[in-house]
Amino acid sequence: MSFLEVLYFIIPSAIFYAAPLILTAIGGVFTERSGVVNIGLEGIMVVGAASSIIFNLFFADQLGNSTPWVGLVVAMVVGIIFSLILAVAAVSLRADQTVSGVALNLLGLAVAVFTVKMIYDKGQTDSITERFSRFDIPLLSDIPVIGKMFFVDVYATSILAFAVAIIAWFVIYKSPFGLRLRAVGEHPMAADTMGVNVTKMRYVAVMISGALGGIGGAIYAQAIAGNFGASTISGQGFMAIAAMIFGKWHPLGALGAALFFGFAQALSVVGGSIPYIQDIPDVYLHILPYVLTILALAGFIGKAHAPKASGVPYIKGKR
Amino acid sequence: MSKRLVNILVPLISIILGLIIGAIVMAVSGFNPIDGYIALWNGIFMDTYTMGETVRQITPYVFSGLAVAFAFRTGLFNIGVEGQLIMGWLAAAWVGQAFDLPAIIHLPLALLAAALAGALWAFIPGLLKAKLQVHEVIVTIMLNYTALHVANALIEVIADGGERTERIHETASLRSQFFESITDYSRLHWGFLLALIAVVIMWFILEKTTLGYELKSVGFNKNASQYAGMNVNKNIILAMVISGAFAGLGGAMEALGTFENMSKLHAMTGIGFDGIAVALLGANQPFGVLLGAILFGSLKNGGLNMPSEAGVPTEIVSIVIALIIFFVASGYIIRVALERFGKKRKEEK
Repeated sequence: MSFLEVLYFIIPSAIFYAAPLILTAIGGVFTERSGVVNIGLEGIMVVGAASSIIFNLFFADQLGNSTPWVGLVVAMVVGIIFSLILAVAAVSLRADQTVSGVALNLLGLAVAVFTVKMIYDKGQTDSITERFSRFDIPLLSDIPVIGKMFFVDVYATSILAFAVAIIAWFVIYKSPFGLRLRAVGEHPMAADTMGVNVTKMRYVAVMISGALGGIGGAIYAQAIAGNFGASTISGQGFMAIAAMIFGKWHPLGALGAALFFGFAQALSVVGGSIPYIQDIPDVYLHILPYVLTILALAGFIGKAHAPKASGVPYIKGKR
Repeated sequence: MSKRLVNILVPLISIILGLIIGAIVMAVSGFNPIDGYIALWNGIFMDTYTMGETVRQITPYVFSGLAVAFAFRTGLFNIGVEGQLIMGWLAAAWVGQAFDLPAIIHLPLALLAAALAGALWAFIPGLLKAKLQVHEVIVTIMLNYTALHVANALIEVIADGGERTERIHETASLRSQFFESITDYSRLHWGFLLALIAVVIMWFILEKTTLGYELKSVGFNKNASQYAGMNVNKNIILAMVISGAFAGLGGAMEALGTFENMSKLHAMTGIGFDGIAVALLGANQPFGVLLGAILFGSLKNGGLNMPSEAGVPTEIVSIVIALIIFFVASGYIIRVALERFGKKRKEEK
């Protein structure tokens, strides 16, 4: 296999594996920027994955091709509702955000598997028939070299992920909403004094992460896994958190990091058929995202700074 | 209402609320909650076998709870208990099958290896926290998955490409024929005694030694401790290392007692994450942790009986546990409610 052929092979699958990570990581950027740590992204992805698969199995006959897309919307709504639990606990009830996030993960997996067992009487669903399909982007796919790398056999979900990343960048850095969001995450009291409703901003941020996390889980389930079981989402949410940190709490940084982690995942899945790569034991590719994140945090790859008020409940009138 | 009473009431109310919502979930899903909870009860106490298994299940929870609680007392949140436990499990399983030694040396050696492996895995976040101010929560989460993949890869090496390590030698086993005979061949093993000893050790370290005093002091106020001449960095690393050692021993319980080997893991064991619930419920006190472990270990083991006896998926137990964590973590609102309630009673008098 020539080098170019390897790229034709690996880059599309890297983008394919990265899409759920990108969306979920951007969800993480929104909450952390507002000052709420969301360890519960894994749990949110799980309920998103489960709800989309269950919906897909029930409505594939009626909705046909559009089922996975409606499934995304369903997962988004379920994700939002589910994330509200975190919002209520962490913002209104001043619970420890990390602990509530951990509880959210436990709850998400338990509720999802409970529901699946209740409906199907077994721990794993059947495979869905309506999956996301690929297509070639007209014109762009005709560009030599690059066209074949990026625009042939593209999943629409990958385009969605890129679009969301760019929109998120615009919203966080170029809109009044984004300015308030960042202010609330850096210095909630100052923001409060200026008339920004801290509680409302944080609720909205957590719900955005619920929406994006739900969609991320649904894409993983409907494009990559094809069914849902207890181990369908195993660590994707945490890897998204890793991407968010590695991307330094910036939407485009998270996009880049998620792409890189997707690349590592793709290598570990399809690497067996590529020269040189197949000689690397899988374990290195598996742990790469996590180790890189630790190195990034330790400052070996440029210092990453979390938003200042991240993880601290805001209590009015408290200095 | 006294503060002590409130501190006991918050977890109690949380448990009750968790169980009530669990009942509602069952009812809404078309199950009979009373049947469900009877099945749960039977899964814990039905006969000597289930009781033996319940105690067996409680044992690793005590260790993971102690691990989380110990770090908490020094102001550190060790979410990495899961990974440290996996490394401890692997170390104990390896030492158990790789050496031929008399029991008096072999068993302690396997336990020591597990504690060391866990401690080493926890040393990384401790060092990063102390020297570079890296937040331990993210590092420990990342190390959980690193541990999972590394352990799976090492199992393959140890087992020559197999899916699980060989069974440990009898000389390293915690199992006992005596317990098997009185509990109808359950997997109950000597580990629960070690767990009780560990509870006492944690209490002793925290309450009776200078080291414990310093650790707690750093947990309360880093700057004041520094000012008083304590080495804050050293204490942070020590707290993580000791916490990791407890976690590693929790893994040893699985390696030397419950399974007597280690299979490749497809997902996290969950014992480490549940340890957070255990520690939280036990208010990070050693004996509180013991109570918390007894509750959650019993629930987990009892839950296994629910599908066969009442048709309810076992996951209902995880739902209840997650809810209890939410309520304990949101203790603020329960405290406020209790205080209002207390005030009203006073006014009426």
